[in-house]
Amino acid sequence: AMDTDLSSQDRKDLDKFIKFFALKTVQVIVQARLGEKICTRSSSSPTGSDWFNLAIKDIPEVTHEAKKALAGQLPAVGRSMCVEISLKTSEGDSMELEIWCLEMNEKCDKEIKVSYTVYNRLSLLLKSLLAITRVTPAYRLSRKQGHEYVILYRIYFGEVQLSGLGEGFQTVRVGTVGTPVGTITLSCAYRINLAFMSTRQLERTPPIMGIIIDHFVDRPYPSSSPMHPCNYRAGEDNGAVYPSVEDSQEVCTTSFSTSPPSQCVFTVTKAHFQTPPPVVTDTLKVPVMGLAFSHQLSSSRLSYQPAALGVGSADMGFPVLFAGGLNAAHPHQLIGPGKEGGVPPIPSQPAHGTQADQERMCTPLDGVHYSAATPSSSEDTETVSNSSEGKCGSPHDLLETIFIRKVGAFVNKPINQVTMANLDIPFAMFAPKNVELEDNDPMVNPPDSPETESPLQGSLHSEGSSGSSTGNTHDDFVMIDFKPAFSKDDILPMDLGTFYREFQNPPQLSSLSIDIGAQSMAEDLDSLPEKLAVHEKNVKEFDAFVETLQ
Amino acid sequence: PHRTCCRTPPGATPAMNCRAEVLEVSVEGRQVEEAMLAVLHTVLLHRSTGKFHYKKEGTYSIGTVGTQDVDCDFIDFAYVRVSSEELDRALRKAVGEFKDALRNSGSDGMGQISLEFYQKKKSRWPFSDECIPWELWTIKVNVVNLANEQERQICREKVGEKLCEKIINIVEVMNRHEYLPKMPTQSEVDNVFDTSLKDVQPYLYKISYQITDSLGTSVTTTMRRLIKDTLAL
Repeated sequence: AMDTDLSSQDRKDLDKFIKFFALKTVQVIVQARLGEKICTRSSSSPTGSDWFNLAIKDIPEVTHEAKKALAGQLPAVGRSMCVEISLKTSEGDSMELEIWCLEMNEKCDKEIKVSYTVYNRLSLLLKSLLAITRVTPAYRLSRKQGHEYVILYRIYFGEVQLSGLGEGFQTVRVGTVGTPVGTITLSCAYRINLAFMSTRQLERTPPIMGIIIDHFVDRPYPSSSPMHPCNYRAGEDNGAVYPSVEDSQEVCTTSFSTSPPSQCVFTVTKAHFQTPPPVVTDTLKVPVMGLAFSHQLSSSRLSYQPAALGVGSADMGFPVLFAGGLNAAHPHQLIGPGKEGGVPPIPSQPAHGTQADQERMCTPLDGVHYSAATPSSSEDTETVSNSSEGKCGSPHDLLETIFIRKVGAFVNKPINQVTMANLDIPFAMFAPKNVELEDNDPMVNPPDSPETESPLQGSLHSEGSSGSSTGNTHDDFVMIDFKPAFSKDDILPMDLGTFYREFQNPPQLSSLSIDIGAQSMAEDLDSLPEKLAVHEKNVKEFDAFVETLQ
Repeated sequence: PHRTCCRTPPGATPAMNCRAEVLEVSVEGRQVEEAMLAVLHTVLLHRSTGKFHYKKEGTYSIGTVGTQDVDCDFIDFAYVRVSSEELDRALRKAVGEFKDALRNSGSDGMGQISLEFYQKKKSRWPFSDECIPWELWTIKVNVVNLANEQERQICREKVGEKLCEKIINIVEVMNRHEYLPKMPTQSEVDNVFDTSLKDVQPYLYKISYQITDSLGTSVTTTMRRLIKDTLAL
């Protein structure tokens, strides 16, 4: 019946909602795969024009690609908008990870109010999308991208193609919104088998021309290729200037009414305001995207709500949405509008939760950056000698720097190398003066014991332990010198300290040394069959023995 | 999550049914806070709007809600929350109390925290206003103790996966588009929304928690009013 058909105004509004919903959906998905934390500010005063009352910035290239794919159409039955997320390794292997589908089915809800209920439910659906994009496996992958692989997106319109997701892919539904022309559904099909090293699942594609895997400086993709990196660093060398969203004429101010919905009337104002030419500041371009329509109550009149916020005029701060690509230095920078409607650049330091009254984007926190595990970064396995103490560097070097010879306070006979001048003991000036004589006395100071050679000496201790006690490098403390007090024994030509030093590095047990060990193991293995045969022969004896034990 | 209807509040007139959702998680002690915040923030993301600004002729405009990513330190998990420091503080305070209560209870580490959305219904003097709940989220928590680092690492991943499932569950419920309070006029807005925050406007909510002792009975019930007192005369 005619009265349940959509009014032309409602139809126009609905189409617009769906169109901008599609664009925002793409933005949310791609931004969630950039590999960085996203942060946008809440703003209590409606500066008019965040679609669906959510602060979702618009990356111009992404909008551009989405519009290209849609080519002026809207999602309809059989014509779905799909965002494909894939992974590409530095060798050129790629794999599809997810397909996000915005579809329309035939189930209509004629009763629903477009201007109000549909709009709010679309807003809710976008919030759900924000939440769901963080819980599929590709999110964690995308946070770690950069070195070994990158995450790419591709937008297409038409039939959904899920075959690239491999077997057993899972689906998660983000949500649905009924409208008078059909039900919008948003869902994600994602690969669960992420063993992407399996060559079966990879398509060997030649590396895309111009791509730099670890950071995208150039615009890597020629216009014919539909794939785009999520974390592109375009902007600097990017010659292409993306037009500001061409519907900049339409401003979105959401103004709701609490009167009975049947009397709620939409008016779309064509606001004419000056779009400042794109200003390139550093690496950012700034299109002013204003979208506004105002809908308001009117039972008896269509009152024009002049951009309640001013038409391009002084009292409206256009939230200047994010423009330009992310650049390595200052991602997510925002240029805020001034009161006069001009676009002065704000300082390049992003606002960190300050009480700025202009909309700004937070920079993603640097805190979390997962570095991809790379085989090449594994430890140098050659340095067995210091492998256990890799973190300390060479203990030997360390020792040398802190080596201080200290002589115990009550020791009679100082070591050779210690001269009076080096004695660091209390009352050194009272130390016995017959040092020189005793130095030369081999009975008192035996020659240094030869360095013991053991196969593992070099590997367990730093090389060239020069008679000084390097101590066990595994210890937390370093033995500097060992001069036990009261341990001098005149009978033996050596004291406890010398004894200790000499026998501190005993030769390795031959059974523990690798060569000998290996040898004996080989011998053991060879002799096993023989031994087994012997044992088998004596099995009765063994059994009898076991009986006695029971 | 399974659905039940909760009882009408004592003393209140029987009102609309309140839908209730229950989620259960098993976590390590140090993961309690982040897991609770992840769930509560996800629910409140869907149950908060921009600030309303009423104008003449009964029209109102709505402010903009910003969002931000939060990474967990003790769980391999990230979630999105509304960009509002006030709201975050309020949730952290409640969750902190819950965590302390869990720890001090000496029980097996079981408890539950509830997030209830309600509407105020003004009554005539001498009766006080009623709070009519319309949605109740309950998160049952079971705290586990782990023996070694390897188990902890597995727990990080497992709890992360579980929370992903919970987020999907929450979104499913939100998508049912079931009862929501009618958009209020200016005079009624405080009966539906919490208008005390400066940047966002969640529906009126209360957070409460219970600790279960080892016998399974609830030993403490603490009501925390995180908004202005609604029952005062």
